[in-house]
Amino acid sequence: MLLLQQIINGVMLGSSYSLIAIGYTLVFGVLHLIHLAHGEVFMVGAFVALQVVLLMGGGVGVAIPAAAVASAVLGVLIYLAAVKPIMARKGHFLAPMISTIGVGLVLQELATRMFGGEQVGFPVQMESHVWHLGGLTITSVQVVILAVSLGLMLALHLFVTLTRVGMAMRATAESMVISHTLGIRSDRIIILTFAIASALAGVAGVLVGMSFNSISPYMGVDMGIKGLAAMLLGGLGNVYGAMIGGLVIGIVEVISVGYLSSSYRDAFAFFVIIAVLLFRPRGIFGSTAHVEG
Amino acid sequence: MNAAVSPVLEARALSRRFGGYFAVAEMNLTVDKRSIHAVIGPNGAGKTTLFNLITGVLPPTMGDILVEGTQVAGSRPDRIARLGVVRTFQGVRLFPSMSALENVLVGRFCRTRGGYLAAFTRIPGKAGVTEAASRRRAEELLERVGLASRRHMRASELALADQRRLEIARALATDPQLLLLDEPVAGMNPVEVQEAGELFKSLRDEGITILLTEHHMSLVMAISDQITVMSYGRKIAEGTPEVIQRDPQVLAAYLGSEATS
Repeated sequence: MLLLQQIINGVMLGSSYSLIAIGYTLVFGVLHLIHLAHGEVFMVGAFVALQVVLLMGGGVGVAIPAAAVASAVLGVLIYLAAVKPIMARKGHFLAPMISTIGVGLVLQELATRMFGGEQVGFPVQMESHVWHLGGLTITSVQVVILAVSLGLMLALHLFVTLTRVGMAMRATAESMVISHTLGIRSDRIIILTFAIASALAGVAGVLVGMSFNSISPYMGVDMGIKGLAAMLLGGLGNVYGAMIGGLVIGIVEVISVGYLSSSYRDAFAFFVIIAVLLFRPRGIFGSTAHVEG
Repeated sequence: MNAAVSPVLEARALSRRFGGYFAVAEMNLTVDKRSIHAVIGPNGAGKTTLFNLITGVLPPTMGDILVEGTQVAGSRPDRIARLGVVRTFQGVRLFPSMSALENVLVGRFCRTRGGYLAAFTRIPGKAGVTEAASRRRAEELLERVGLASRRHMRASELALADQRRLEIARALATDPQLLLLDEPVAGMNPVEVQEAGELFKSLRDEGITILLTEHHMSLVMAISDQITVMSYGRKIAEGTPEVIQRDPQVLAAYLGSEATS
């Protein structure tokens, strides 16, 4: 029962990692870029949600859309201001990635200036229920987190497999040149990709804020690395891999806290990732198809 | 040959330079509507570069490209595709991890609407009107190229000849008026080449103009209405298959014994 409880807790935590990892994966898919300001987009989403809730009141129903919209706009601006112009100059292939590191630092600094460097509470109101099922304890916050993150993943799956725009997005990720010659405007698809990826990160920001009850300008660093690790674990460029990778990291982390020591939680999570990558270097769902482009 | 000949594509003094040399130099090319026009020449003659210029993959260094009179030199590829000029790639380039059906559906994109908002707001799990219509059209095209039974296979799992057919179906899904085929039968066996030739002729008869490059000379001679011969980026001859087969310059540069045998 204890193990089951920890798996449930791990899935709650991991589903936020998954949302972040999906964003990295989507951006990597279309541009072959590791977007290193993505963790900060997540952080900004949480702060915007907090401000909106403080100003306007309201609960999760306000916080989540506010974070999603603000992060989507921020993500698109990052692409237009810091990625696209640098890619257009066709310099070193690492230059756009370095540029995103810079953007991440700027966002961190700005958030620190505006909100202070300390952790702040995240008073997103919602009725708190606690259910006891046998030996398991589940709170309404956990149910919301799980429902939102799994719901978004399902929505994304339906979007990319059933809709014409979603399919154009996958096609662009597989080959931008070919899809462009078939009449698909790559620049629009890239912007849409950044918007979706960033919106998911913003929502994750709210969910993480709710589960830890606090947020800080530096939370993006840690979560960003976890999200990257989840993407690698699942298999670079595979959206479903990113979903599974996030859940695995969350579960391992919670279990290591439960059975080992809380001070080694990150170390243990990364130990597991390294072990998996030794046996499956391309990750759990790894394929080279997306990477070749 | 068709009586009412108007060009669907015209290139004038088209050139593309890479560093110090011209891959395509002052090419003039007129492709008549409802014709099969072949561009032949030795490897490195500039045929693929010519295709890249026409489809907007590369901007030309100089010159004009007119699609039904509209200047497209330097235009974005998606704009050229919307004008009805779509290509296949040398060596087959599909979306490998998408199914055959999905590959063709992607081709429908530029001829369908159903904006970004609609995509997010409709009932999840249920294909919208646009998607349903695209799907019917895609199934027809797969039927047409003989891939109906393999529509749910991943593109990368298809045999080479089937991948070529799929690439053509995907291009046809964009409702092209000019279809560019870059070595469409390379690596096919004689039966498959024969079938491909029949397909190209039937497409022409339906009103689609075809511009192709190919090294398979007996196919080129059998199906082409016009042939342009390139060497070192320049046009060295042009005419019907009969004319080309007798052109001494062409024989020297390229055809050699193959065409005469």
